[in-house]
Amino acid sequence: MKRLVDWVDARTDLRRAINVALFEPIPGGARWRHAWGSLLVFVFFLQVVTGFVLWTAYSPSTITAWESSYYLQKELGGGWLIRGLHHFSAQAFMVVLGLHIAQMIVFRAYRAPGEIGFWAALLLLPVGMALSVTGWMLPYDQNGFWAARVPLNLLAITPGVGASLRELALGGADASHLTLTRFLALHAGLLPATVLVLLVLHRRSRWRQIRRVSTGEIGRASYWPDQVLRNALLWVVLVVGLVGLVWTLGGAPLGAPADPSATYSAARPEWFFLFLYQFLKLFPGGTEVWGAVVIPGLVLTWLILAPFIGKTRGGQRANVIVLGLLAVGMLILTIFAWREDARDTQFQMAKAAAKAQSERILTLVDAAGGIPPAGALSLLQADPLTQGPRLFAQNCSGCHRYQGLNGLGQPVEEGASAPDLYQFAGRAWLTGLLTPSEVDSPHYFGGTAFAKGKMVRFVKRDVAEFNEEQAEQLRRVILAVSAEADLPWQKEIDAQDEAMIIAGRELIADETMQCVDCHKFHEHDYEPSAPDFTGYGSREWLTAFIQDPAHERFYGKRNDRMPQFGLEQWITPEAMGLIVDWLRGDYVPQPDRD
Amino acid sequence: MSVPKPSFNPTGRRPFLIRLGAALLGFLSLLIAPLAGLFVVTDPLRRSPSAGHRVKIGALALFGEKDPPRRVPILAARQNAWTRDKEARLGAVYIQRTGPDTVRALSVVCPHAGCYVDFDVEQDRYLCPCHHSYFGLQGQVVSDRSPSPRGLDELEVEIDGNSEIWVVFQQFRSGIKEKVPLG
Repeated sequence: MKRLVDWVDARTDLRRAINVALFEPIPGGARWRHAWGSLLVFVFFLQVVTGFVLWTAYSPSTITAWESSYYLQKELGGGWLIRGLHHFSAQAFMVVLGLHIAQMIVFRAYRAPGEIGFWAALLLLPVGMALSVTGWMLPYDQNGFWAARVPLNLLAITPGVGASLRELALGGADASHLTLTRFLALHAGLLPATVLVLLVLHRRSRWRQIRRVSTGEIGRASYWPDQVLRNALLWVVLVVGLVGLVWTLGGAPLGAPADPSATYSAARPEWFFLFLYQFLKLFPGGTEVWGAVVIPGLVLTWLILAPFIGKTRGGQRANVIVLGLLAVGMLILTIFAWREDARDTQFQMAKAAAKAQSERILTLVDAAGGIPPAGALSLLQADPLTQGPRLFAQNCSGCHRYQGLNGLGQPVEEGASAPDLYQFAGRAWLTGLLTPSEVDSPHYFGGTAFAKGKMVRFVKRDVAEFNEEQAEQLRRVILAVSAEADLPWQKEIDAQDEAMIIAGRELIADETMQCVDCHKFHEHDYEPSAPDFTGYGSREWLTAFIQDPAHERFYGKRNDRMPQFGLEQWITPEAMGLIVDWLRGDYVPQPDRD
Repeated sequence: MSVPKPSFNPTGRRPFLIRLGAALLGFLSLLIAPLAGLFVVTDPLRRSPSAGHRVKIGALALFGEKDPPRRVPILAARQNAWTRDKEARLGAVYIQRTGPDTVRALSVVCPHAGCYVDFDVEQDRYLCPCHHSYFGLQGQVVSDRSPSPRGLDELEVEIDGNSEIWVVFQQFRSGIKEKVPLG
């Protein structure tokens, strides 16, 4: 063994370098405060290792980025742990770096010959931020996509080159495959390489400085093992803390796949960026270049000059005071950002909606047995529970309501001019329709041309006078009509009440209830003047209705203002199907996780 | 050990040529790969800006004259680097009927930092959830505290013979006072 070491040493002179590095006595002895720099290197080491492992399973494109992140998080053994470690040690890097820079100022380590080391640490700040922003985008989930948009657009307001820089970063005017390939090349290639160079510069400079500073006492402590022991203890505390954090939180969050056309109002930057984000709010229209570029630039300039300021009389004190003010300012801005969000009900709603979306996509992937080649977004786009409310709000809520709202849970100012379609054709909905006090309320026909029509008249005049036996018959008729809809959520009770449903059908067909005076029901001879009861509320019936409500099977010439959505090609057949399935509750159910 | 005498005169013409040649050749050979790389990486900057997509929104009758603005997603064909999306989700617009035959279309993108604005039905104004800019129904900035440098960007609208609304969908640079289309 020794011969081998000798052989290598003779060709590389390694032994001398190692001796100098590890075994020379450190002036002033081993110190806890010397361990911070090594902690920075250690966190970078964690990042490189976990990042490399993530890289082995990540695929950068708009239809595979989220999908491979999902695979990493949910399928690959231990993938969630590695991803979580990468996520949280990235934050640790920024924290350790910030504290280290403050420490260098307070302990005067930035003074000659430490300037270059100090500057290297300063440069790590923007490089670390760039790593953060590129890192958010890579999983291509809603939060990352939207959170990365803001710094990219702020980059664009840098005078002169800003717009070109943004376009270069995105690989075009907007996010595409190229954005992800470029971000990955930056995030896993150029930026970490820059960090490595800066860390080496920083460590070399610090090294030189620690050796040069003579404090009088030359102890016997050397780097190995005295200083390394302190370093390693700090490393252990950090890594145990990080693993504990990942374990308790179940890893890093993964939201729903990015969708540039969907609403996303819950985007916020990482917590250590919040102060900058809050700071930007202080600058009204047209002046944000001050908040985003000029003032941060001035702070950075002061930091760069700090080693020289520190040499002047009172300079050190001034530096520490400015540093203190900065720290307090950052803290206050961060607290304000948190408090504002906590009080902002719209933001809290958006956050809850974002969480629901991220849970929904997991359910959909499970239900589909995996992600289709077109990507996870295609699952969300074909999901009635996700798209139904949006399409309803967009196309139907001008007249109809859903539980009194617009489908997305928002109120509508104008009164409804068409029925509320929540649980349309369900037993409760039909029972309400046949209740004299409700039939001409805005919930049913109140807002329509039928408010004074035959149906309303029948309910208000005849049904109001029903005796007990007739009321019981009406109940069976309601069950029978509702069963025509074949609603998924009514399947069980429909099966239970089969006898009553059959009885109801007979009551309709034998004209006891007068339904068939106007409505058609399966085979019947009369000329119908009201919507067909055959398959009432079923998928086929509803689709045909939206296709053309003025068809003679439905309202014919009596049709009020409802457009012929399908016939006029106002909405696509797919959109129609999504609305119908959503109204009928015909989709993969979303389990409650509360 | 004696130091060997330099075999040539360091101030002569030949050494100058050697230095020049070494520096020049070394520099040039180092330059080729980065320059070629730079050319590839800056390719997006040399693409001509698109004039915007003409996109069908839907029937005029779908938007009531008293209705608040409604957000409509924009689906259009788009070249996404090496894939061609026939129906890519490019973004969204707010559509509001302003008269019998007129419609206003506003981009949902906040001109401040590019977040999507929400419409607040109760207050009758647009609100950006990111940095709290407020915009009125015409898209104008309404609060002194709004950080947005300009109002919401209005998009060109056409109503064709079948009473269908078409919008020229375009995105604009954020963070500046002027409305400059993005490439």
